[in-house]
Formats: sequence, structure tokens, C-alpha cells
Amino acid sequence: MTAVTSPETSEAGAPGTRRPRARGRNRGLNWNALLWVLPALVAYAFFDLYPLTQTIRYSFYNWDGIGAATSAGFGNYVAVFTNPEQFASILHAFVLIFFFTVIPVGLGLVVAAIIRDQKAGPFATFTKTVLFLPQVLPLAAAGLIWTWIFSPNGMLNGFLRAVGLGSLAQDWLGGFHTALPAVGIIGSWVSLGFCTVLLLAGIGKIDGSLYEAVRLDGANRIQEFFAITLPGLRSEIIVASTVTTIAALSSFDVIYISTSGGPGYATTVPGLEIYRLTFVSQQVGSASALAVVLSILILAIVLPLQRLGKQS
Amino acid sequence: MRSSLSARSTNVALLLSLIIFTLIPFFGIVATALQPRGKAPSGFSIPLHPALGNFAEAWSQASILPLIGSSTLIVLGVVPVALLLSALAGFGLAQPGLPGGSFLGLLFVAGLTIPAEALISPLYYQVQAMGLLDSRWAIILPLIALYMPFGVFWMRTHFLSIPEELSEAARVDGASTFRTFVSIQLPLARSAISALLILFFLWTWNQFLLAIVLVNDPLKRTVAGALGAFQGQYGTDIVLLCAGALLIIAPSLIVFFIFQRQFVGALLQGSSK
Repeated sequence: MTAVTSPETSEAGAPGTRRPRARGRNRGLNWNALLWVLPALVAYAFFDLYPLTQTIRYSFYNWDGIGAATSAGFGNYVAVFTNPEQFASILHAFVLIFFFTVIPVGLGLVVAAIIRDQKAGPFATFTKTVLFLPQVLPLAAAGLIWTWIFSPNGMLNGFLRAVGLGSLAQDWLGGFHTALPAVGIIGSWVSLGFCTVLLLAGIGKIDGSLYEAVRLDGANRIQEFFAITLPGLRSEIIVASTVTTIAALSSFDVIYISTSGGPGYATTVPGLEIYRLTFVSQQVGSASALAVVLSILILAIVLPLQRLGKQS
Repeated sequence: MRSSLSARSTNVALLLSLIIFTLIPFFGIVATALQPRGKAPSGFSIPLHPALGNFAEAWSQASILPLIGSSTLIVLGVVPVALLLSALAGFGLAQPGLPGGSFLGLLFVAGLTIPAEALISPLYYQVQAMGLLDSRWAIILPLIALYMPFGVFWMRTHFLSIPEELSEAARVDGASTFRTFVSIQLPLARSAISALLILFFLWTWNQFLLAIVLVNDPLKRTVAGALGAFQGQYGTDIVLLCAGALLIIAPSLIVFFIFQRQFVGALLQGSSK
């Protein structure tokens, strides 16, 4: 709590260097400003940057978390790509991008394009509120609710039996081929409303006269979509894709609750694998190498997306 | 022509189907929670004699009140401090002539992409060495740090949008930087800070990974973290599980409905940073 008082006491040197409208270099260095940043920097360094360096260090060791560590060279990194379970977790994360990102953004675009100018009013507010509900819920709760829906005696199978498709009823989260898509659907449910509201807000800002212009040129709705809507929503699409892709790659809560990675390792993801390797099988080195690979993957996808956003 | 009746009704139908898709899971869990206990419910049968007693049963069995209390303590430990540190650092980073300013800015931004999973193993050993494992501090202290990249970035963006003339004018009048910050900048930052408050609250209340890794006792976790233990405890009793889950998510839903406009605004803004 000393953070509040320290900037004040160190104020003495500032007035002498003041000059009107001087941003940056004219004014000389403002060392006092550092004091304001310091408390946040200390917290960030101690519980974020330092653990990150430790993760990188651990990744080059074989360590069970208790005894002595032995050097592993790049062995743990090789394992990320050769150990079937670890490698599968990375592949699953990419499959989840389809469900967390492609489906919600795609559907959201279609909905936004059809609705285009939503009249403000009670119905619009109500829609927004409801569509945002999954965003407010803990992901663990979403996982819990959907686990029950997908269970052998759950709502989905009940519905299938009721409409005469009982032969399709099955243990959705327990089947090797259905578990990953089922988990993916939970992710789609969570992000669909958010993406739709974001895209609807964006499409409302597109100048209506642009649509009239292409209409006059004889464009149909499909051409209109590609000529006006898609370019006009560029920054919203990038925002929605970035947020949901990070959610897909670093997913943990939903999977931990719904399948714990099973059956077998059919739905395991990097986050769950890191948890399992560290706290269940005590292979801290392997877990750390996977953590580093995951961080690099996220960077490799987010940075180009952000650059795309800057160009517009 | 776009506002023709048929176009309007397509819109409404489209939105209604989205709304139903979003709400169906909630209906399902409410219907299940009201089934009589003991018989395994299947499908989505509507309970003819809603067993409201299930909620009372779940309330005591799942110790909902202590859970909400624990989450509240964690939120109170995290959010005010995280807001204060973010505001101070955001202001400092927006000052002209900050030595190494662009490097510091980048350092904080870099943290935006680090997933918590990449830090969780070292965090465990660090918190263990500090003797804080299994206490709420194990969640509170790291969470404050994990929010710094976003919070600092958010507040810096806000303070950069405030014209410098304001601070200059105050300084000419003899106000110290601290005085300017408290009496001019902070009041202007109210909406930026309240949006950040909503986001920090949500992220803390819903925090799962740190809670299950660093705290064993579900009663010392966040509400979300307690859900992790929930399934194992009540896994066989689906009716009670649903009733308990509803009670556990009720407080965040109530807060959301009261402040819905602010929540939607904060989440939309928060994502585009």
C-alpha cells in the first residue's frame, strides 16, 4: 500500500523540467513516472515473468518435482512431437479451433448479414443479454451442464428418442469418435452469442449507402456480402477470431469437467496434458516443454492476426 | 424494403432460434433439478410436481453459502489491488519521457498471450515454497499478477486518450502529479475503471485452473473451482447435482442481470483491446 504515497514524495524534481506541450524527448527523462509503474511491474515480474523463465528452465530437465533434476537437452521437446498422447493434445487443440472459432464466427457472420440493421429496443437488449449468458457463466459450469445433456440418459438422447431417432442415441462424451466434437460443441455454445453480438455491433456501423450503391449496380445478397459486409467487418472478425482461438488452444476447464481428456486420450488438450504431466505423473520437464510449445503456438497464431488488424 | 414485414419476421425468427439454442441447456438443468429425487431422470421431461425441496437439500449439502463467501473473499483480495496497480502503472506508462517506456509497454503486452497453463507448474512450487499452498492467498497473489498485462494496457490506453493540457493546467496551478492523478485523472477514468472492475470480477469469480491446482479444500476455492470437486461428490445424484449447480451459478447470473448493460459493454470493449 506504500505505492500510493511514493509517487507524491518523489515529486520534487518534476516542476523544474516542465515545458508546455512537450511530449517525450524535449522534456528529458521523467524518472518519477517509473515509480508509478513499479508496483505493477514487481507483481508481474514475481508471479508471471519469473514463473515463465522457470517453465523454460524446467523444460530442459528431467524432474519429478521433488528429487534432483537431470539434464534432458531437447529430449522433452522431441517428446512433445513423438509421444502420441502429447502430440494428440496439440492436434485436438487445432480441431477445437474449428468449433470455438470457425463455427461461431461463420454463423455469427450469417446472422449479422441477414439481420444487418437491428432496431434498438427492448427486444434487441433482451437478445444481447441472453446471447451473453454463456460468457458470464464459469466455463466449468458450462462443462457440467453439457456433460449432463450429452450423458446416456441426458437431454440429447431423450430428444432423439422422442423424435424416433433412438437408434442414434449414444454416450456422446464416452465414444472415441463423438467425444471431441461433443466437447467442441460446448465451445461453440460458449462463443456463438459473443461473436454474433460483436459482429452485429460492427455491421451496424457500416454506412448504409454502401449497400444501396451495390444494390443499384445489380448485386445480389451474396455479392453484397462479399463486397461490403465482409471487408466492413474486418476488425470485428479479427477480434472475434483472436479471442476464440486463444480460448481453443488454451482450453482446460470444459475438458477437465466433461471428459478429463478421455475416453483414452481422445479429447486431451495441451492445457490438460500439462496439468496431468505435472501433477499426476510427475514429469515436470515434459509438461514444461509442452507449455513452451503451447505458448509459441499461441503467439504464432495471434501475432499474424493482430498484424492483419493493423493493416486496415 | 428491408423493413418489410417478411424481412422483419425472418430476423426475429433467426434471433429467437439463437436464443433458444443458448437457453435450452438452462431449461434442461432447471427441469432436472425439479425432478423427484431417487429416480434417474431421462430426456427433458417437465416435472409435474416440481420438487423445490431439492434446492434446500443442495443448499446445505453442497455448502453453497461458504462457497460464495470464499469466492467473495478472493474477489475482495484480488480486484481492488489489481485495479489500483493497473491504474498507477497505466498512468505512469502514459507519462511523457518515461525512461524505457516503450520497452516496459512491450513487456506488459507480451504477457497478454501467455496462457496460465504455461505458468502453473512453477507457480505451484513457488507458492509451496512460500508456504501459501491451500490458502486463498495462493489464488489471490498470482491472479493479481496475471491481470497486470491486460489491466495496465487497458488503463494506459485510457490515460493516453486524455489530452495532456489537462495535467499541464493543473501543474501550472501548482498541483503535484499525485494530486493531478487523484483529483483530475481518476474521476475522468471512472468508466474505464468500472469496465475493468467488471472484467476482473468475472475472471476471478470464474477462475478454475489456479483454484484446483493450488487449493485442495473446495471451501477455500472460487465458485468455479468448487465445481471441479462437485462432480466427484454428487456424481451419482444427477438431480442434486443440477440443483447445486444452479445455486452455484445463481449469484453471477443475478449480478449479470442487474448490471447487464455494463457487462455487455465491458466484455465487448475488453475483447477488442
